[in-house]
Amino acid sequence: MALIDSDYFGIRDKIFSGEITVPEITEACLAEIEAEKDLNAFISVFPEHALKRAKQVDQKIRSGHAGKLAGMVVGIKDNLNLKGYRTTCGSHILDNFISSYDATVVRRLLEEDAVIIGKTNMDEFAMGSSNETSYFGRVKNYHDSERIPGGSSGGSATAVAANMVMAALGSDTGGSIRQPAALCGVVGLKPTYGRVSRFGLVAFASSLDQIGPLSKSIKDAALLLNVISGYDPNDSTSVKQPVPDFTEDLKKSVKGLKIGCPKEYLGEGLDPEVRKAIENALKLLENEGAIVEEISLPHTEYAIAAYYILATAEASSNLARYDGARYGFRSSGIRNLEEMYTKSRSAGFGDEVKRRIMLGTYVLSAGYYEAYYRKAQKVRTLIKQDFEDAFKKYDVIVTPTSPTTAFKLGEKMDDPLQMYLSDIYTISANLAGIAGLSLPCGKDSGGLPIGMQILGKPFDEKTVLRTGQSLEDALK
Amino acid sequence: MAITIEEVEKISRLAKLTFTDEEKLKFTQQLSQMIAYVEKLNELDTENVPPTYHVVEMNNVFREDVVKPSMPQEKVLANAPAKKGGYFSVPKVIAQD
Repeated sequence: MALIDSDYFGIRDKIFSGEITVPEITEACLAEIEAEKDLNAFISVFPEHALKRAKQVDQKIRSGHAGKLAGMVVGIKDNLNLKGYRTTCGSHILDNFISSYDATVVRRLLEEDAVIIGKTNMDEFAMGSSNETSYFGRVKNYHDSERIPGGSSGGSATAVAANMVMAALGSDTGGSIRQPAALCGVVGLKPTYGRVSRFGLVAFASSLDQIGPLSKSIKDAALLLNVISGYDPNDSTSVKQPVPDFTEDLKKSVKGLKIGCPKEYLGEGLDPEVRKAIENALKLLENEGAIVEEISLPHTEYAIAAYYILATAEASSNLARYDGARYGFRSSGIRNLEEMYTKSRSAGFGDEVKRRIMLGTYVLSAGYYEAYYRKAQKVRTLIKQDFEDAFKKYDVIVTPTSPTTAFKLGEKMDDPLQMYLSDIYTISANLAGIAGLSLPCGKDSGGLPIGMQILGKPFDEKTVLRTGQSLEDALK
Repeated sequence: MAITIEEVEKISRLAKLTFTDEEKLKFTQQLSQMIAYVEKLNELDTENVPPTYHVVEMNNVFREDVVKPSMPQEKVLANAPAKKGGYFSVPKVIAQD
């Protein structure tokens, strides 16, 4: 549909001139959500709330008081709290949970007059790479309904790809924004750890989680980052760094920009068609004047092992709060307190969540803490140092986002380790805390999108976005 | 290193989860596979490497101890599976004779 297949900046002038009204756009998005219901991109949709807000925003535009996101219709991942609405986290254990406050990022979207249309589907507690672990059913890839959309922000990526929304928010613990963005053919950005407040995001692995935008263009992602970034007294890990205007300088030339291309990311396991698309994208950037050189990040092969110790350890601790006492699902027929905990948790969590709680509990248990958890924290240092060394010489690092294009539904569900390995290129950025962007850089012979990842120095999202913009323009 | 069923039972008690015998077998096999994979980290000598618990270097983050409004009781209890007289209600903790 022409009204909503553009990005936000593509129709912003028409919204502000009154040529298109916000209720019209909202209606068009709602119609698209209904038409593509089979993709299962949303867990909840709020037509009344969205249309009411759309009218209010329209009035603000006409009175000249509209915010930076006026008329942007967005979906938010269902692990972000929106006051008065359900936040399920894709889990049975929270399927009746009603948020009593707004997440900081949600409040910031609303203050700038975005219209939140619904909550997007996700892997249960954001644990998955294929959006197949959701209690509310799997999400299908918009480009091929036999395939997965990626995960865990698969609903957000699908909603953007299918023009159900203009943009969406997701969360990224090991690639959960970038990998689905790549497999769905949209832009996805994981900001530097600490750039965006996590207050009101349901915690998975607190030292790795970060919220970020999924959008149809680099510029829209930059605008959303402007709005959601910044220190928040409610999240003591958010950082008091100045927030630049990320939409500025996007068109600045990449002439002389130094791009490192790590050989460890182009080795075994990489689909030849993905490799070809990345090589082509790098050539385009070279044509624009960027300098591309091969580099080495020698500890790359240890990233997944370190990640699955740290992420599951943190998750087992974070998910201890689901005990059936204060909120969430409580099992019936319980005889004592112990049964309230064990029966509620065992019936409330799905298999993948239980698997990760078990692994996390094991690596933290007496006698194993040093051998696994502490060891992984030390390897995390080595991985972080690899990036620090590389960024002494290079402005950004370019890699594929995912080793393959979207795989088939069910293909990796019986083999957790194979599923974990699909995050091989995205996980290191979370361990090191650096910024990472995925943007479309072509399609394979089956018409499935291929994503390129651009990694940047901590808090240097500006250079990452500028590199992305240069490629986006070159591919037009 | 292979994980035994007994270990899976012990971990499940710590994690407050219960499993059927069939699930226990499956988890024993899957956890063993994952632990075998993460053993890969032992290839690295990390004797003199400091651990990274957090990527942003921060120590204790303090704030002034100022009284601010908190969430009203009814809101705090709004999602409670069971409540009584302004409290969360849970099964009796003290054993009955």
